[in-house]
Amino acid sequence: MISHIAILPVIWPLLMGALLLLLQKQGLQTVRAVSIASVSILTVLAGYLLNIVNDGEILVYELGNWPPPFGIVLVADRLAAWMLLITALVSAFALLYAIQGTDSDGPHFHVLFQLQLFGLNGAFLTGDLFNLFVFFEILLLASYGLLLHGGGRLRTIAGLHFVIINLVGSTLFLFAVGTLYGLLGTLNMADLAVKAAGAVDDDVALIRAAGLLLFAVFALKAALLPLYLWLPAAYAHTTAPVAALFAIMTKVGAYSILRVYTLIFGSQAGSVADLIAPWLLPLALATLIAGVLGVLASTHLRQQIAYLVIASIGTLLIAFGINTHTSIAAGLFYLPHSTFAAAAFFLLADIIATRRSEMSDRFEPGPVIAHHRITGVLFFIAAILIAGLPPLSGFVGKLLILQAAIPHAALPWIMGAMLITSLLTIIALARSGSMLFYRAQLPQAPHTAGGGDGSGSQHILTPGVSGLAIVICLLSLCVVLTIGAGAVSEFALATANQLLQPEDYVQSVLGTAR
Amino acid sequence: MEALVSILIGTLTGCGVYLILRNRTFPVVLGLTFLSYAVNLFLLVMGRLTIGKPPIIAENITEYADPLPQALVLTAIVISFAMTAFVIVLSLKAYLEMGNDHVDGKHKS
Amino acid sequence: MNLLLVALIPFAGGIFVASISRFGRLYSAWGAGAVTLLALAFLYPSIADVFAEQTVIQRWRWIPVLGLDLAFRLDGLGLLFSLLILGIGILIIIYARYYLSERDDMGRFYAYLMMFMGSMLGIVLSENVIQLLIFWELTSLSSFLLISYWQQRHESRSGARMALAVTGGGGLALLGGFLLLGEICGSYDLSVILASGDSISQHPWYLPMLILVLLGAFTKSAQFPFHFWLPNAMAAPTPVSAYLHSATMVKAGVFLLARLFPALSGTPEWFWLVSMTGLATLLIAAYIAMFEHDLKGLLAYSTISHLGLITLLFGMDTPLAAVAAVFHIINHAIFKASLFMAAGIIDHEAGTRDMRRLRGLWKFMPHTAALSMVAAASMAGVPLFNGFLSKEMFFAETLHHINHPWGWLMPVAATLAGVFAVAYSLRFIHAVFFSGAPVDLPKTPHEPPRWMKVPVELLIALCLLVGMLPALTVEPILGVAAMGVLQGPVPDHDLAIWHGFNPAVWMSIIALTGGILAYLGRKPLSVLHDHMGSRIDFKLLYNSLIDWLFQAASQITRFLNANSLQRMVLVFMLFIMALGVTSFIDSSSALTGDRQLLSMDAVSLLITIILIIAALGTVIMHRQRLVSLILLGAVGLGVALVFIKFSAPDLALTQLSVEVVTIVLMLLALYFLPQYSPKESSNPARYRDALIAIAAGTGVSLLVWAILTRPYQTIADYFLENSMPGGGGANVVNVILVDFRGYDTLGEITVLALAGLGIYAMLHQLKLSGAEADQQGRSWDNDMHPLIMASFVRLLLPLALLVSVYILLRGHNFPGGGFIAGLITAVALIMQYLANGVSWAQARLTVNMHTVISAGLLIAALTGLASWAFDHPFLTSTFGHLNWPVIGEFELASAMAFDLGVYLVVVGTTLLILIYLGLVHKESHTTHVRKRIR
Repeated sequence: MISHIAILPVIWPLLMGALLLLLQKQGLQTVRAVSIASVSILTVLAGYLLNIVNDGEILVYELGNWPPPFGIVLVADRLAAWMLLITALVSAFALLYAIQGTDSDGPHFHVLFQLQLFGLNGAFLTGDLFNLFVFFEILLLASYGLLLHGGGRLRTIAGLHFVIINLVGSTLFLFAVGTLYGLLGTLNMADLAVKAAGAVDDDVALIRAAGLLLFAVFALKAALLPLYLWLPAAYAHTTAPVAALFAIMTKVGAYSILRVYTLIFGSQAGSVADLIAPWLLPLALATLIAGVLGVLASTHLRQQIAYLVIASIGTLLIAFGINTHTSIAAGLFYLPHSTFAAAAFFLLADIIATRRSEMSDRFEPGPVIAHHRITGVLFFIAAILIAGLPPLSGFVGKLLILQAAIPHAALPWIMGAMLITSLLTIIALARSGSMLFYRAQLPQAPHTAGGGDGSGSQHILTPGVSGLAIVICLLSLCVVLTIGAGAVSEFALATANQLLQPEDYVQSVLGTAR
Repeated sequence: MEALVSILIGTLTGCGVYLILRNRTFPVVLGLTFLSYAVNLFLLVMGRLTIGKPPIIAENITEYADPLPQALVLTAIVISFAMTAFVIVLSLKAYLEMGNDHVDGKHKS
Repeated sequence: MNLLLVALIPFAGGIFVASISRFGRLYSAWGAGAVTLLALAFLYPSIADVFAEQTVIQRWRWIPVLGLDLAFRLDGLGLLFSLLILGIGILIIIYARYYLSERDDMGRFYAYLMMFMGSMLGIVLSENVIQLLIFWELTSLSSFLLISYWQQRHESRSGARMALAVTGGGGLALLGGFLLLGEICGSYDLSVILASGDSISQHPWYLPMLILVLLGAFTKSAQFPFHFWLPNAMAAPTPVSAYLHSATMVKAGVFLLARLFPALSGTPEWFWLVSMTGLATLLIAAYIAMFEHDLKGLLAYSTISHLGLITLLFGMDTPLAAVAAVFHIINHAIFKASLFMAAGIIDHEAGTRDMRRLRGLWKFMPHTAALSMVAAASMAGVPLFNGFLSKEMFFAETLHHINHPWGWLMPVAATLAGVFAVAYSLRFIHAVFFSGAPVDLPKTPHEPPRWMKVPVELLIALCLLVGMLPALTVEPILGVAAMGVLQGPVPDHDLAIWHGFNPAVWMSIIALTGGILAYLGRKPLSVLHDHMGSRIDFKLLYNSLIDWLFQAASQITRFLNANSLQRMVLVFMLFIMALGVTSFIDSSSALTGDRQLLSMDAVSLLITIILIIAALGTVIMHRQRLVSLILLGAVGLGVALVFIKFSAPDLALTQLSVEVVTIVLMLLALYFLPQYSPKESSNPARYRDALIAIAAGTGVSLLVWAILTRPYQTIADYFLENSMPGGGGANVVNVILVDFRGYDTLGEITVLALAGLGIYAMLHQLKLSGAEADQQGRSWDNDMHPLIMASFVRLLLPLALLVSVYILLRGHNFPGGGFIAGLITAVALIMQYLANGVSWAQARLTVNMHTVISAGLLIAALTGLASWAFDHPFLTSTFGHLNWPVIGEFELASAMAFDLGVYLVVVGTTLLILIYLGLVHKESHTTHVRKRIR
């Protein structure tokens, strides 16, 4: 009896999505129940898978029973399982928030949501480059739908930009994959790794070109400078739960970079080894700085959080760019932290914006909001988290990255950039907080629905205490990450070691070492 | 023949790139369509050029074109069709909400 | 275990205090007191060990990867500070309970205070420097909360933010320093670090590390030029100021100097950096203090100057100086706390802190006055008070370097600072309690409630006791503390009040007399002071810096992100080209490979030329949209021809059917969109874009050429071999689609479905109003459905459906398959809509397209799942031949079911899109018609 656990996290949301499409007529409550149940089960599946691969085993699932490299394979290693679990967790809370009213702003929210997870999980698990393209398209189209959910002018324009720039990216992806196939005659990533390492000198330049084009695609997804321009508007103007879910979207790009450039173009790849080494670290540093400048420049909270997401991507890719066991491990610790923190912050921002009614989340003195005490505390904690201040996971993550950077030649740059940007973030967030909470004047704001940002989203039921509860849950995930930092960082280190030993991956997929 | 194909694909790409740099949605959509033509042909010819050897198994034929790129192109065509349809309607939506079809939703003139 | 609890109890206590405050505002005060006593109780067991000259260390594993344990350490230094923090903490709690007014939220106040206390304890009890830093930053955060306690006041908010930025920033520098330090020593544990002083000073990273660490210490202890945040932190309630200035916050900075003294000191870098900073701070702050009119302002600057004094002592880099520094830390804590409380009382009872209005309060509050005088005398360094002793030691130490060429500078500067100190202390007393009568005070001052004075009285008692009987009172704790600082034997020092007429005494005498003279001559001095108004106001400097920062950021961001799609695409293109070009730099690979090329024939040449012309035509004519659309269609057909030419019949079929649907879609869209694009982009822009386009095109051409001319092997043969035996289909492309790579196809139809749903969702909210007439003003044709066409198309439908079924079934062996079949069906149905009108068609086609889509998805997915029953992986296909009567031999493959799913999704999606677009189209159209009828 072969185990299907490797495919379950992918196929499950697809089935649920299709099912939900049938259930549309059964009423919102049914749909919500099924949707929540689906995501909860998905979380369990992801946890189970992680538990299995945690001992270093790499599960390979041969679809259609065709042997690789001819058929498509799914490969579940530590990294894949880690990404699956993070995705499941963040999506679960995003969904919980959504069912408080956001999901009824337009049709098919839950179907799109499930299929989004289908795309994400498929991308994390696939071991085939063209199949990665297909799942990129799935998660993109789903994200287009979710981004536009609820409608509104700003949202439409942001969506238009997001869609078009990503269509160009998809085309580029195909050019790159095609080139690799035309030169190496295969699509399976492990096989590509073998073939690329043994490429004839005459083809090296072309293969490098293909690899770099691929990097451009992933950099676009990850919102790496200079390709981050699409992100701020898109994230700032969509609905809160979608923005929260999108906290994982940029990480897909980061994941792909990590996967492809350790496996196919890693240090073992002979004449195409360490392909993006000269690019990644400088661009990541620039991204961090540009992101934090945006944080300073922001005029309303959600925009500020969007720029914080960019900054966090910069930090994450700095870790990957240093490209040592410890640095990659540091990045893998920082990844879930930044995802949860950003998600929590987006939801919190929505609560604040809704409660401030027509003031929305603009940095102007507004009315005192309901539950301002607890909301303020949560804002304070979220700010500490995302600015990387002690004692929470953000600090641990930055500490791990900085420590990993010490042996690196660019240490002064990395340390300088990370410390100064942290300070700037503190300054900016202190300003925002004092604008939103300290300078608030009585009387109490009326509980009117919808943000004043013209997004026209009409919440049937304004996220109340339960909304805050969800934010608390997300934040406590970061607290767990902090307390369990010892175990998590050791897991991250094991994962990094696995990634920097691509032989094992190739071995388990092709059954032969390179 | 190879040269001819290269030039053709290059031209299609060039046209696509020029059009997606326009500032109205409609030409941008045209440009995207061009890019998908170009990349579909590109994918196909990655299996090298073969004339008159469709990959349909039959007795007493031994030479076939590489079927894999064709399969990839088929998938790519379908996906790009879906994407094009989506972007057409989206640009329509943008036009009707903004009252103009500028890609940034505003008149620059 | 107990040390951990000492540090953590206050944090838990904070939550506790906040929660009990709802039962009554005073509960929180009592709670805070209890928590503090509890912490003291837990500290108690370890005190004996410290006096037995042992260092208590307790650790728990936290992040081994990081070498970061939870490690606590108690030695003399830690003990001294813990006692100061907790002891003065208690007094502050009592004092604040009377200071805070009815309107103030006591729960919040005491919660913050507890957090702050815990952070301070964490700093002084940490064994691991990273952990120390964690608590260090926590003090920055909790002090932010304390300073901004009266959040409705502007100065509270700005003061708090300034304090956070300066001290928090310093903390970040400290983090960098500690990381380097840890790397140098190979451990973050203080026991290791303190033991490896020499190897540290030898290390090449010593200077950068030292600078980073000192940045942390100096920002925290408000050393020049980072001193400005402290006076602005006065916006905090006075109990907080008293705490921050005496035992905590600013003392954290000097604590760090003391803590790392054995590790970092003993080098010229240390001497110059630390002592000069200290000296500058000592003088400047003392000077400014003389002219402050705000009571708390005066005290704040005096704090800064005393901290400068302590820093200077550490900088002098001699064991005895270190001892003096520790001694002065104690004394300053005692008298400064009492002074701030006194100032608070005055403010509280007189309603102002302006010394130009506060006069002759002696008559109103003699008791407070007396207390203040003792404290002030101690601050001035008058004999018999504790301040005098440590100042005396300081004066003695300044003479240490007297033999150096510039050695005389330090004693002189020290004496001058002493003069200033005496002057401002004198002013504090004389201006407030004497010199005439008060000037229009908000309320008539009187003595405060009894218990508000008790803390002050206790501290004053200490001032006197230490001042008169140092050996009995302070010597023991000072001894162990000094030992903790030096990590070794303490040089013999004699805390007598009188050492005979040594230079230090003379310096004191000069300081006292000079101070009195300076105060008597204050009028001319202050005039002089006001005249040289060129003093830089650091607060304004800081604020303008911050403003500049925000403006610069927003300008850069606006420049980077103009939120323009064209900019995004442009940047993307340039980035791609940059990447592409760099990959060919210093590559030896030849462009052209050595593969056997095909010969060119006239037909293909002709077709290519036509294609290229059509393509260029589309670009040139792109402003006339209809024309360009038609040309685009031509290009699409041409592409289909190319597919046929290069033996890809399936692609050709697909391309054709897709082309039809796409064009129909675009036409529908064009009905609403403007028919012409305005000519906007300037010529340079167009040339630039053309250039980029040409570059991109050339790049792709070269790429294609390079690849096509290269030989290659592929995995293709496997598919050709296994298609029949393994997949049961002759059409290898189709077998790949539904079998070898069926997973791709599953994803592909999901994309299609998503597109359909997404479009539906978009159109759902869309209220369209179509053009009443086209751009030329020709109105649209009202006769909607020409009869002949309608009936003809109706006849056509069954035929089309038959064809599509045929295509679907044959797909596995001949060109065709679910996708093409689906599109054909869709087109056939669409034709009904076009020809007969939406309403007619909908009356007859009642199926809900969402259901069709989801059915398709489910069928495809479940077909894949079915293979699990036979213990095969997902999407494993199977096939068999069954012999039907009449029809005869007929192959049945599970892949066909999968293909059926594809078919359904395609039909459902395409119809969903076109119908809904058609519907809105119809609405808008008919409304016009109705309008015209009216």
